[in-house]
Amino acid sequence: MDWGALHTILGGVNKHSTSIGKIWLTVLFIFRIMILVVAAERVWGDEQDDFICNTLQPGCKNVCYDHFFPISHIRLWALQLIFVSTPALLVAMHVAYRRHEKKRQFRKGDQKCEYKDIEEIRKQRFRIEGSLWWTYTSSIFFRLVFEAVFMYAFYFMYDGFRMPRLMKCNAWPCPNTVDCFVSRPTEKTVFTIFMIAVSSICILLNVAELCYLLTKFFLRRSKKAGNPKHHPNHENKEETKQNEMNELISDSCQNTVIGFS
Amino acid sequence: MSWGFLRDLLSGVNKYSTGIGRIWVAVVFIFRLLVYIAAAENIWKYEHDEFECNIKQPGCENVCFDHFFPVSHIRLWTLQLIMVSTPSLLVVFHVAYRENREKHHNQKLYKRPGQLDGGLLCTYLISLILKTGFEIVFLVLFYKLYNGFKVPRLVKCDIRPCPNTVDCYISKPTEKMIFLYFLVATSCLCIVLNLSELSYLIFK
Repeated sequence: MDWGALHTILGGVNKHSTSIGKIWLTVLFIFRIMILVVAAERVWGDEQDDFICNTLQPGCKNVCYDHFFPISHIRLWALQLIFVSTPALLVAMHVAYRRHEKKRQFRKGDQKCEYKDIEEIRKQRFRIEGSLWWTYTSSIFFRLVFEAVFMYAFYFMYDGFRMPRLMKCNAWPCPNTVDCFVSRPTEKTVFTIFMIAVSSICILLNVAELCYLLTKFFLRRSKKAGNPKHHPNHENKEETKQNEMNELISDSCQNTVIGFS
Repeated sequence: MSWGFLRDLLSGVNKYSTGIGRIWVAVVFIFRLLVYIAAAENIWKYEHDEFECNIKQPGCENVCFDHFFPVSHIRLWTLQLIMVSTPSLLVVFHVAYRENREKHHNQKLYKRPGQLDGGLLCTYLISLILKTGFEIVFLVLFYKLYNGFKVPRLVKCDIRPCPNTVDCYISKPTEKMIFLYFLVATSCLCIVLNLSELSYLIFK
């Protein structure tokens, strides 16, 4: 179980996303998770071993390290990535629930069911409308909230995004104010700024996606209000009519969600 | 043999679960297993090396560490994850038994081998009760072994061969405490999910 498994799970959600959602997912996996695993973990790998205080007093280094790094950057990022990826699962669960209902209809031999076999139900891609629209929009909203909360927590805990070379510590049992030196401060600052920049890009993508969905929603509503000869709602006809949102969706992603189909 | 095996096992169980069961699997995968592998494991990696006592007496550090950490937090966490996931195997075995029976008798004995009815429902309920039981047992164990879920910065130790009461410093206590609270929160969430699934199946 690792980030690869998360990739497989989220890849399934990709099928039902808008094109901005797909860009967001790509940015998440390439510029955040991959950078975290391949580069950042090595930079922070020796953080406590190479954190050196100018004292021989046993225990002083431990206490000072704990005081300045209540939770390490690398752990905060890992938690941020996990929390930010999770709302997409809401969409996956909603899609799985819809599929389950359609399968039940199909098994009962419902006349209204338009599918020829179960495989077609399994492969079907749902349009983002109705209750799925609400689930999708709330998942984007939660993503935004989590991103903002973690960025703020980062800023609050570390007083900005710079990693100082030297920290002065006088926590007990250090005998007096002691100089402590952080390992690789410049490299850590560079990676911190990089991760914050990519976080901001992700926030912008989420805001853009939210605006896009809201615009489409209001446009659809005004079209419905302006068209009095609206035929009785046959779900199939609704889906084919409102395909403008999905014209940009590519057919490249064929992954299915683990266990949610 | 690694966590991939557990992942495959739980994915297999997912097929026969209810909706709440699938939410439980998602919570275990993402908030417990993934957090453990991506973050928590590294915090406790060098806990023994970084445990420092204010004494030069050989053996004193070893003895004090052993006294304060009879079983490391991270090992208890691993055991908890394994024990909590294992009752789901009962369901998988029962379904395999049903499929075997159908093959043996060469006729359709069940509407669907994976459908939750009769004996399979009983097995499923037992697995839910066992899962909840294990969660509670491990939470109580954590609480009793470590006097709550706090990790102190400093512990005082006076076991032989330490010559007198010695100050020992634990590494990264705040970070460990944050992740322990996270573990407790996700455990409680899983207990709530199991109990709601249990009541849903009983009252259905």
